[in-house]
Amino acid sequence: MNKDENIKMVAEGKLVLQLYVSGMSANSMVAIENIKHLCDEHLEGAFQLEIIDIYKNPDLAAEEHIVFSPSLIKHFPLPRKTLIGNLSDTDKVVKALGLKIKGAS
Amino acid sequence: MIHDQIKVFPKTSTGISGLDEITNGGFPKNRPVLICGSAGCGKTLFAMQFLVKGILEENEPGVFMSFEETSADLSQNVRSLGFDLEELKKQKKLKVDHVRIERSEIEETGEYDLEALFIRLNYAIDSIGAKRVVLDTVESLFTGMENSVWLRSEIRRLFQWLKDKGVTAIITGERGEGSLTRHGLEEYVSDCVILLDFRIIDQIATRRLRIVKYRGSTHGTNEYPFLIDEDGISVLPVTSLKLDYKSPSELISFNLPAIDNLFAKRGIYKGSSTLITGTAGTAKTILASYFALASCHRKEPVLYFSFEESPEQLIRNLLTIGLDLRSQVNDNLLHIHSSRPSLQGLEMHLLTLHKLMAEFKPKTVIIDPISSLITVGNSSEVRAMLVRLMDMLKVNEVNALFTSLTQNKENFYSDTTVEAVSSLADNWIDLSNVNEQNKWQRNILIIKARGMGHFNGQKKFLIADSGFQLVEK
Repeated sequence: MNKDENIKMVAEGKLVLQLYVSGMSANSMVAIENIKHLCDEHLEGAFQLEIIDIYKNPDLAAEEHIVFSPSLIKHFPLPRKTLIGNLSDTDKVVKALGLKIKGAS
Repeated sequence: MIHDQIKVFPKTSTGISGLDEITNGGFPKNRPVLICGSAGCGKTLFAMQFLVKGILEENEPGVFMSFEETSADLSQNVRSLGFDLEELKKQKKLKVDHVRIERSEIEETGEYDLEALFIRLNYAIDSIGAKRVVLDTVESLFTGMENSVWLRSEIRRLFQWLKDKGVTAIITGERGEGSLTRHGLEEYVSDCVILLDFRIIDQIATRRLRIVKYRGSTHGTNEYPFLIDEDGISVLPVTSLKLDYKSPSELISFNLPAIDNLFAKRGIYKGSSTLITGTAGTAKTILASYFALASCHRKEPVLYFSFEESPEQLIRNLLTIGLDLRSQVNDNLLHIHSSRPSLQGLEMHLLTLHKLMAEFKPKTVIIDPISSLITVGNSSEVRAMLVRLMDMLKVNEVNALFTSLTQNKENFYSDTTVEAVSSLADNWIDLSNVNEQNKWQRNILIIKARGMGHFNGQKKFLIADSGFQLVEK
């Protein structure tokens, strides 16, 4: 998928995402940009995205078993997935989040 | 020179009994140490003991980052060694962080780093002021990862980070094919690398430890046997074989004038070693028991290793000739340790002996018979072990007595044990049974007694209800 194509996608339910970043690191910034772009431009329907700085919430990171940064956790719909890396491989991201092109069967 | 080195190179206690001696003072302080070995070799336990002893003995709090076992499992697994992790956690001396990685959940979507792990680790360290850190087994991170290039550089950064953080860290790694660890961690940890090994030789399990590398420090280069028991891990340091022990000129007795009088000084030197050889049924154990009781009467504790009889059997049998071992056992002057020689490897026996000596602090040690240990190992191993054993006893000024079963040969010098022990022993008594007029006649002969004259003919003796008696013509 090309990022700039105007393709609309839907998830199988309300997407609940948490993006764990490590401060303002390069990978963190790229990841934030990538996920925002995907959600804002291509995702039709409800989603919830929370961005968490691991530096400020080390406890939470341990609870969620975050090791790699950045890490995007898809809590819902199930199954739970952890997407590690800066989310540049859009096809993998779309697949892991279980997104489908709107109108396609 | 070694002392100068220790001054410029701060070290910290390893918490492993015997290892500080081998490493000349412990692990390099504030640096990472790599412990590698195959599955089941004791890496996790080794690391945990380092932390727990650090807390208990050095008052250095520790963080255990576990990539494999959960915190609860760890607590349970080390409880049998007397480590109460839950209590240490409560006291804020220990923090266990279980890093769970569900491979099936993970998708790699681009460049990543381990900053999250660093932050967690940093948080854990700072929360209790940890001085010691364990990462067990950091290589698990590699499992199932498509792209390990980033990971590698991150691991390298992790080790540097640990150094900068000023903690002494143990990183464990699984032994790989043809390399120390599967992912070549040894390239990154360059200061100190220790290899643990678990082998089965002749159906006997032996654990060994070797210091592969210790930059900037002298260290022992041998393979050292180690033992895992209810006190945790202990390593047997091979004492440097120096002939510089003290030689007391005091004398000790067998508490048997008949025997004492065979020696020119009416006894043998304190702290000397004595070998009693003889074929089966020549009263070696009886003579050894006299020696043990003599020590008990001097109020000097005795450690009696019995490789053929259980303590009860030994006590019962000797009571029939009037030797009362039980009251000495009850008075804690006599400690009888029985085990089958084949139960453990040779070095494990030595290690057990070492541990019991430290615990019981005997003045007299009896090994009955030392020849059954020899069946356990090959002859070069046996000799090396006996030298170590003798050294250990000499350094501690312990009266040693070994019995040795010889085969019924014309020339007993060809016997492995005799060959190995006799030159090391200070005194040598040979017992024999000779067929005279259809009767077995017992004989005793002093073959050598270093530093004193001795009777040089055979004496006849018998074992009666009242014990040992010389037969005078």
